[in-house]
Amino acid sequence: MNSTSRVLELGSPIGATRPGVPPWRFRLQGSDTTWAIAFLIPYLAVFAAFVVYPAVFGLWMGHDPALYDGLFSDPQYLTMVVNTLVFTAIGVNVQMFLAFLLSGFFMSRNWWIRSLLAIYLIPWALPALTAFVSIHYMTVSQYGLLDSLWRELTGEDGPMFLVSRSLATTANILSYIWKWMPFWTLIFIAARMAIPQDIYEAAEIDGASGWRKLVHVTFPLIANVYLVSTLLFTIWTIGDFPTVYFVSSGAPARQTDVLATYGFHMAFDFGYPNRGVAAMMSALPVLIPAVLLLMRRIRVTGVQL
Amino acid sequence: MSIALTPMQPDYRPRLRRRRVRNKIGGVILGGALLIWTLVPIYNMLLIALSDDGDEFTGAIWPQDWNWDSFRVVWEEDYWYLENFWHQLGNSTYMAMTTMVLTVLIASLVSFALGRMRLRRAWIVTDVALLTYAIPSAFLVIPFVYLMRVYGLTDSLWSVIAAEVTFATPYAILILHGYGKLIPLELDESARVDGATPLQLYLRIYLPLMAPALVAVGIYALLLAWNEYLYQYLLITSSRNATVAVAIDQFFDSDEAPWNYMMAVALIYSLPPVAIYFALRRYMVAGLTMGSVKI
Repeated sequence: MNSTSRVLELGSPIGATRPGVPPWRFRLQGSDTTWAIAFLIPYLAVFAAFVVYPAVFGLWMGHDPALYDGLFSDPQYLTMVVNTLVFTAIGVNVQMFLAFLLSGFFMSRNWWIRSLLAIYLIPWALPALTAFVSIHYMTVSQYGLLDSLWRELTGEDGPMFLVSRSLATTANILSYIWKWMPFWTLIFIAARMAIPQDIYEAAEIDGASGWRKLVHVTFPLIANVYLVSTLLFTIWTIGDFPTVYFVSSGAPARQTDVLATYGFHMAFDFGYPNRGVAAMMSALPVLIPAVLLLMRRIRVTGVQL
Repeated sequence: MSIALTPMQPDYRPRLRRRRVRNKIGGVILGGALLIWTLVPIYNMLLIALSDDGDEFTGAIWPQDWNWDSFRVVWEEDYWYLENFWHQLGNSTYMAMTTMVLTVLIASLVSFALGRMRLRRAWIVTDVALLTYAIPSAFLVIPFVYLMRVYGLTDSLWSVIAAEVTFATPYAILILHGYGKLIPLELDESARVDGATPLQLYLRIYLPLMAPALVAVGIYALLLAWNEYLYQYLLITSSRNATVAVAIDQFFDSDEAPWNYMMAVALIYSLPPVAIYFALRRYMVAGLTMGSVKI
């Protein structure tokens, strides 16, 4: 105990002798508690008014079991579930793995790779709206930029991306990767930079090649970041809205809708808000375990994100 | 197998040298591919913006017309979708700035109360923040929009600000809470001895020392609010109160719109975040690493 805290203990005898309490230098008491609560009030108010209340209201909107009967017998709903699973599974895992590999490329100290990194990160800052609208017009017609490029290179007409369900889904996934891979690359670069260099030196002395260093040194050391990022990103991707809304716009014929765009159309285009909420709620059995797992993982290990 | 213990004279060893050349060529190819991959959608915006009206989709891969007229039209609000353009740009700016200020204020108060005042059960607040951060905002959007009607905030920028602050604050709290642990508590103690109240501690000691994290959090909130689309689109109905994001969607929803004007607006709208990114990249990147989410 240093002298400062001793002075303070003398000044605040209440609670100073309570046994079993860790010797905190400051104990919350009296007016301090009031201050602390006053500092928390703005956030608690925002949280109550704009998170708790909407969440409870949403539960109330989607409480009727008949809604779910209607939902599960809707063929569009089933299509949407498949799309969401495909979009999430591929969009997240391919992206994470590529981001991990690219983070190694961007660790280089080369000046041109450093400048390339600055450009490569632009999609992270760019509004999803404008980027995806632009990609929409690259793919929507035979005279969009992608088809024009195809024609320049091969002399033949390119595919009509938004007419085929699989090509439209591919376009959605690639756009999603385009927008978010830079962010995850950056996360992995930060994680790699936290690895001490001497571990690599030790591995080199033991004769490890570049590949073996990647598999046996780098990957185990950032595995936790990788896992937490993948979990978090999976949750985000299940609820992703702008990618599909702008890139394919559900084309062809609402065959590429995902969860968020389906709920959006139900609620605001077709006027069935309760069914939109029910669709969102039907993802909760997947979402809640994922969120709990994520929170547990972060609490136990801690991660930089 | 090259072993680091042998004398390093790589240039005299043809195998290593060949490998190095191969790596270099591979790097250049990968770099070139990434550059094209990143820039094509942005180039496409420019390509369409520089076309004549009606000439946007002619199959050209280079700008044919070099027509800057679409930017003039946007500038002079010379098209009926664009009649409130400058006002809408002002709305976007106002909305994003207010979100930034409120987020920094609310989150710094919370992180101060949690980290410096040793509140019991502080973990509840950080857990709640983490939970709100993890769950996608789209999940709340339908009840949120209906509730805003209950609150009487439809077609108001304040409803958008409320939504953006709600979704920006959790991450801000996590970052500030993590960064605040780096500031020694002894500073608070000595100020206490001098008779400072918690408010004075917050204003005179905490905020100045937290400046780098506050900047990172501020940029995060600013870009989140500027770039967000769903809530802005659903909460605002009139052209007068619309933000630029809503204005762009008006083009997108119509079948016969001058796409060149739309892309000119899109480019102008994309400029501020990209400029902020290039100017304040350090803070943005630092923000990712400064908040160790260990709770």
